[in-house]
Amino acid sequence: MLVDWVASLYQSVQATFVAHGWPLWVLAVLTAVLKVAGVLVWILLNVLFLIWLERKISGHVQNRPGPVYTGRFGLLQTLADALKVLLKEDVIPAGADRWVFVLAPLVAFVPSVMIWVVIPFSRGVQAQDLNIGILYVAALASFTVPSLLMAGWSSDNKWSLMGALRSAAQLISYEVPLILAELGVVVLAGSLRLSDIIAAQQRSVWFLFLQPVGFVVYFIAALAESNRTPFDLPEAESELVAGFNTEYSGFRWSIFFLTEYANLLGMASLAATLFLGGWSGPFLPPFVWFVIKTYFFVFLAMWIRWTLPRIRVDQLMDLGWKFLLPVALVNLVVTGVFVVL
Amino acid sequence: MALDTHSERRTETLEIPGSDLPRTEEMMVNMGPQHPSTHGVLRAVLTLDGERIVDVDSDVGYLHRCFEKICEQQNYPQIIPYTDRTDYLAGMTNELALVLTVEKAIGLEVPRRAQYIRTIMAELQRIHSHLIWFGTFALDMGATTPFLYSFRERETISDFFEEITGARMMYNYMRYGGVRNDITSEWVKKVQAFLKRFPENLQEYDDLFTGNPIVHARTQGIGKISAEQAIAYGASGPVLRATGVPYDIRRADPYLVYDELQFDIATASEGDVWARYQVRMQEMRQSVRMLEQLLAGVPEGEIMGKAPRIIKVPAGHYYGHVDSPRGEVGCYLVSTGERTPYRLHWRSPCFVHLQLLPLMAKGHLMADMVAIIGSIDIVMGEVDR
Repeated sequence: MLVDWVASLYQSVQATFVAHGWPLWVLAVLTAVLKVAGVLVWILLNVLFLIWLERKISGHVQNRPGPVYTGRFGLLQTLADALKVLLKEDVIPAGADRWVFVLAPLVAFVPSVMIWVVIPFSRGVQAQDLNIGILYVAALASFTVPSLLMAGWSSDNKWSLMGALRSAAQLISYEVPLILAELGVVVLAGSLRLSDIIAAQQRSVWFLFLQPVGFVVYFIAALAESNRTPFDLPEAESELVAGFNTEYSGFRWSIFFLTEYANLLGMASLAATLFLGGWSGPFLPPFVWFVIKTYFFVFLAMWIRWTLPRIRVDQLMDLGWKFLLPVALVNLVVTGVFVVL
Repeated sequence: MALDTHSERRTETLEIPGSDLPRTEEMMVNMGPQHPSTHGVLRAVLTLDGERIVDVDSDVGYLHRCFEKICEQQNYPQIIPYTDRTDYLAGMTNELALVLTVEKAIGLEVPRRAQYIRTIMAELQRIHSHLIWFGTFALDMGATTPFLYSFRERETISDFFEEITGARMMYNYMRYGGVRNDITSEWVKKVQAFLKRFPENLQEYDDLFTGNPIVHARTQGIGKISAEQAIAYGASGPVLRATGVPYDIRRADPYLVYDELQFDIATASEGDVWARYQVRMQEMRQSVRMLEQLLAGVPEGEIMGKAPRIIKVPAGHYYGHVDSPRGEVGCYLVSTGERTPYRLHWRSPCFVHLQLLPLMAKGHLMADMVAIIGSIDIVMGEVDR
């Protein structure tokens, strides 16, 4: 209903523009700004909630209550933390490459927001239904590597550098199986457009059942892409102090933190779209289904994070190149043959 | 300068895994003294080729508090609280090392009840200390949850200590000739109840951490030393026993009432991180076994022997040692018959084990370094004293 209302509102505004002879590009810019604002609000609200959720889940996994003092159930904990981080001194190390150091968090953060342009929240609720949706997501995901390399290199710190090199190796290795797993879905749906993929799942079944192997590969690779335990090597606290963001503090650090959760949410929503049919589902409104499915993956990732130890850098490479890549390739070939037959 | 002479001295030929790989420019990294996984203030100067460790030099002394020199100024009872602060995670066994040495020197009889209480405390301390080791080892491996599980049980044992000694870490509990406070039957019942459920907790740790394939992959074959190397470097405790040498002072040179107890010496043969892990997990189970026997048969009687008011150790050299959770803690005492020691040397196992670090770490990756430091269960308070 809301969707229809927004659509009719848009049409009436458009009619007003035409009637008064105002240039239509103003309207286009206005709608784009509104869409970006909507996506940003959605991400920031979610990240606030995600950080709280992570703390609660980790608390309950570890026999403790998690945050309880700030607000009901400690819900305001993240706000309090954000305030603390904002009030901190902005430190740029003396030896740092100033501009690269300042730019790195932005290069990390912006793509994690841009992914949301193509994610369908509900029927027709999508900032832009690109016909190359998946390609677009994959391209944006690889922006993480330069940003981490920039952060690690410009910090002028050996731990940062090692974290950055680790992350470059890791992200490149895991992007390949990730994309191959996504391709399995694309072959089944016959389209790169995310709305088409959802439509294809509505016609048959969730691709989780048609692509179980692809799903497992996707999930493992997505965990590695979003730097979460057991693949949190770029910032392995007990080894590299804090990895690429060792020298970051205050708000710059919090942007990296924000990016991490935005990426997690992005990966989870993409998983929901590709493998669990996105917003489609019975009884409940589509948007609620979308949130439920996304948070199912978020919970899974958090559960894994607080249970498993970290794997080692060489084992990570072995897993990526020697196991996930062949499995993903075979999966893709089998899927292709199946579709042709 | 000092670092160069160190590396020249180590001339053993090592079989370095991965030494046939292509090499890049080497990088020197200071791991510590401020680092999350150096368990205090260890500074390890790593020479890295990529992530592979070419050389390790451990630099100690950041926590040096002149323990041995202070002992020369204090009379014997005043030394006891200082021993707590060497290995601050195993105060009871440190006190024992000193107290047993002095008692042997002046020929003091200790009542049976006091001996039982001392043994109970020493074994509780072993579990207490190994629980910290388990938690921090898991933390080093990147798993945060086992830490909180093991600290839950450690908390219970801390409460036991607090109830009897008044302190949770720095006990100052042993006395020449006995112990300071008596245990009560309610306390014994509480400890027995704890021991009943503790094996289930250990099973929980196994389910959570021990059986995990990632743990296996990260510990097996890492930081390997042979039994010969361990003996040559003077290793003791779990580090030595993990190489297959069943040497335990509780058996080899029994003190207190250990010769009356049924227990197995936990050993493993591989000598790697995984072996040391298994030995410590086994030792906790053996400690439970010992404590059950001890608590069932605490004799009635005095808790203090007839110690002289002023303790003067006859002139001479004395050595006493106990098996602490980390290895052989030794107390070498030189007396000239005064109220203070002429010289007191403290043999700390961690200091000895730290010398094995280059041997264990060379050729492995940075991440293994963390696992190796964790597996030798280092306490910097004891290394530096």
